[in-house]
Amino acid sequence: MYTYDKKYDVIVIGAGHAGCEAALAAARMGCTTLILTMNIDNIAMMSCNPAIGGLAKGHLVCEIDALGGEMARCIDRTGIQFRILNKVKGPAVQASRAQADKLLYRIDMKSVLERQDRLYIKQAIVDSILTDNGRVKGVATDTGIIYISNSVIVTTGTFLNGLIHIGLSNFPAGRAGEFPSTKLSDSLKDIGFRLGRLKTGTTPRLDGRTIDFSVMDIHEGDDPPIPFSYSTERITQGQIPCYLTYTNEKTHRVIRENLNRSPLYSGAIKGVGPRYCPSIEDKVVRFYDKERHQIFLEPEGRNTHEFYANGLSTSLPIDIQIKFLRTIRGLEEVEIMKPGYAIEYDFVPPTQIFPTLETKPVKRLFLAGQINGTSGYEEAAAQGLMAGINAALMIRGKEPLILDRSNAYIGVLIDDLVTKGTEEPYRMFTSRAEYRLLLRQDNTDMRLREKGFKIGLVSKDEYERFLDKRNRIKMEIERLTNISIRPSRITNDKLLEIGTEEIKTPTSLANLLRRPNIKYKDIEAIDGNGNAIDERIGKQVEIEIKYHGYIKRQLAQVEKFKKWEQEKMPQSIDYDHIPGLSLEVREKLNTVRPISFGQASRISGMTPSALSIIMIYIEKIRRTKRARDEKA
Amino acid sequence: MKGLFADVRGERLKEVKSHRVTYGFIVDPESGRRIDEVLLTVMLAPRSYTREDVVEISCHGGMIPLTAILNLVIKGGARPAEPGEFTKRAFLNGRIDLTQAEAVIDIIRSRSDVSLRMATRHMEGGLSKEISSLREELIGIAAQVEASIDFSGEDIDIESRDILLKKSERVLKMINTLLKTFDHGRILREGARTIIVGRTNVGKSSLLNALLNQERAIVTPIPGTTRDSIEEMINIDGIHLNIIDTAGIRKRGGYVEREGMKRTMDLLKDADIVLMMLDGSERLTVDDRSIMREVRDKNLIIVVNKTDLLQVIEINEIKRAFPDKRIYTISATEKKGLDRLKDGIKELLTDKEITSESILITRIRHREALIRAKENMENAIKSIKDSMSEEFIALDINAAMESLGEITGQTFSEDVLNKIFSDFCIGK
Repeated sequence: MYTYDKKYDVIVIGAGHAGCEAALAAARMGCTTLILTMNIDNIAMMSCNPAIGGLAKGHLVCEIDALGGEMARCIDRTGIQFRILNKVKGPAVQASRAQADKLLYRIDMKSVLERQDRLYIKQAIVDSILTDNGRVKGVATDTGIIYISNSVIVTTGTFLNGLIHIGLSNFPAGRAGEFPSTKLSDSLKDIGFRLGRLKTGTTPRLDGRTIDFSVMDIHEGDDPPIPFSYSTERITQGQIPCYLTYTNEKTHRVIRENLNRSPLYSGAIKGVGPRYCPSIEDKVVRFYDKERHQIFLEPEGRNTHEFYANGLSTSLPIDIQIKFLRTIRGLEEVEIMKPGYAIEYDFVPPTQIFPTLETKPVKRLFLAGQINGTSGYEEAAAQGLMAGINAALMIRGKEPLILDRSNAYIGVLIDDLVTKGTEEPYRMFTSRAEYRLLLRQDNTDMRLREKGFKIGLVSKDEYERFLDKRNRIKMEIERLTNISIRPSRITNDKLLEIGTEEIKTPTSLANLLRRPNIKYKDIEAIDGNGNAIDERIGKQVEIEIKYHGYIKRQLAQVEKFKKWEQEKMPQSIDYDHIPGLSLEVREKLNTVRPISFGQASRISGMTPSALSIIMIYIEKIRRTKRARDEKA
Repeated sequence: MKGLFADVRGERLKEVKSHRVTYGFIVDPESGRRIDEVLLTVMLAPRSYTREDVVEISCHGGMIPLTAILNLVIKGGARPAEPGEFTKRAFLNGRIDLTQAEAVIDIIRSRSDVSLRMATRHMEGGLSKEISSLREELIGIAAQVEASIDFSGEDIDIESRDILLKKSERVLKMINTLLKTFDHGRILREGARTIIVGRTNVGKSSLLNALLNQERAIVTPIPGTTRDSIEEMINIDGIHLNIIDTAGIRKRGGYVEREGMKRTMDLLKDADIVLMMLDGSERLTVDDRSIMREVRDKNLIIVVNKTDLLQVIEINEIKRAFPDKRIYTISATEKKGLDRLKDGIKELLTDKEITSESILITRIRHREALIRAKENMENAIKSIKDSMSEEFIALDINAAMESLGEITGQTFSEDVLNKIFSDFCIGK
């Protein structure tokens, strides 16, 4: 073994979406950072679909951006189609999604890493994590090199003991065509982690030259495309379309007749797969009477013929994949470039980490991304960012950054993971956020920009732009609230023209804006003020005024929630010593080790009387200690 | 708790001295109506059992004043204490010592065990059945609503707004039925709030006297003799009626009458049953007609009095105005038609759907939770009718689920996702 003579503040294992954000955040916050990847040409690789964002995921991307992460800027530079989803619904559940040029995204992110000061990139396979007295001290690689560091962030994705299934054959791999990481899994077990097993899958990639697009529906992007990042002025690159086709009875018959060759149904796959992302064989079996399933063909990039068949995740054998694909309209002659497959991998059930993403058994060791049981690039990147931030804050001896459920989707994500754990690959949904109406994609900067600036990830320049925006929104809301218009002939004509009722008494502009069919733009016309305000500011003003009642209701809920979050639980409690707790509750408390009463109350199986008992126990300890101190 | 208490000099709760017993009245802050005369003790922190500000109210015994006062303080923001809560607070605030604290844990544990057993027994019965079918309905609605938000891009069949509306209305109806059992249980325990209304001098007091068989109210031929409300209890075949005779309603009148009318209106709000009296020997007056408008939606019995005199009242007009209400003709002074009236009252109070076995909601805490769920459902229904986006509907559906969860101690968050994944073919 050879110990490398350089010492790092942070070592990041893995350079996927979590690893990249973690390494960038740590380096940008002043830490000397080393990122280790098994294959330096696969940095920021999109293993599955060529897209970033989507419902609730777009929220995550924007939150990463507001805090000073990279994902949003990278997709803005390399996206090939941008859309806002749920446009017909209210602002809280609208979200951005973009098709990515996979190759460009990878190259772009790699070059951002390469240009980052204090960040070193090396190709290596990590075999073990080195600890000393319950604290991490570095990593050892398969070529016998030891790297020493102050902290380690593990972001191994699906690589831990990865096992790919295609039909009834299977082989160890981290991703199609890549080695798995087997020794690291053992190392984690040796340190004291409990491991679980999950499963996910991907779709066949098709050769665009063998697809008849002329019989399919075309899906274009929005015009103009709206960027994700607050730093992106506008998207300048051109957009390319996706295509929509459907499976049919013939497809389903082929699949049904060959289920005996599916590893999913033969029992070969033991890991738990995501219910929201079932394979096509699963869909055909479980939703027997559904006549067709939609298939989106998404380009993998601008300069490739490769297409991702969204909706056809499968682990059936290749001959069956070919057979059922060719029953689909437009795919009669299709050639597969890469087959679909299922992959099983180890994960660390996330109740073993703190809300900072630091592990409970080993100090200064952080886990982020799929290793924590999540699924999705955005969920991974969000955790990577938070792990990087908290590793850096810890090294500098500062308070950690923990976002709560009322701050951000990132807060919901991490709180769910560390409090409830997960049984299947965890994906974010807007329905997971109880304060959904406050956690909008449009106001991520209002929620998080300040935090990003304080930790040093958002530049002063960007921050001042934000302060200016916030101030202008505030002033405009005040103006609309204070200015009333009289029911004059001219005004009422304008109102009728817009399609709303006349006014009979003086009415504030804010109250007019609350009417369902009036938009901020209309107010400008009625007002005659004409000082055209920035569109993003106008949008915020409109939302804040229009949904004031709902926002107020959620704020009241948040206030109640905060009260319990602020009641801290000491970390030294031994729950086995508290009389009167049920075995189930005690076990869960010992695993989760909640940091607040609020978090404790969200543990499944927790009861109000158990909480009372804990509260009394804590007070008792506190008083015994005080009594002892007074005596001494 | 503003305006809840007034002593004889009109002093308010805030002005009452600590650690003194003060005589006064509990007042409904909304209507200004006196609920009961009480002795009130304020113990300001830290000189109290819990070391927090404590107010003790000593009222008359019996369920009526107790429930009324409890309802008022809950409306004002208070909530019923958990088992052992006062002792727990006393400990947390440092008033009792360690050994006592151990006892608190026992209290909490044993009490919650006992109440758990009791609750389980309660739950095994009808309430749990009712709440769990409500829960199923709500999860179904929430799954539809949430799926339409989180999986809008997928090819799934979301139910139409019409179906969503029907389902939500069905839930609201179920909640209302449950709430009704509380009222019914209360009627059996405490008696039905029965209000006699009518313009002046139609014979309200005479009816009360006839029903009581005694001269309680002062009966004179001068209109407007009863300036204040008079409350009496009678028993019809085992059903208690708390009969309240109100001041006659007359549009043009002095201050006292306006006050009396205001109180009558307040009383009408909480009435279980309303007896509207008319004078058969006179034609309908402006006052009669305005009363008829006020009581339109009440649990109503129409009583036409003075059959001993020549009948000139427009009886057909009344029948047309109240096609589904019963009309009883009586003579209060000659005590004629009273038995038929009593039968009618009894019939109106005996809900055929609710027997004494099916009374499920007995606790104020459950009722409070159901009332919140009811308000949430009403909001949700309004949002659906206003074509609001789904996340706004979801806000109230979720709040309704949370309110129901307070009754059963269950949470719903994962159930909705489970329902979505089992009902819809999700996943691209």
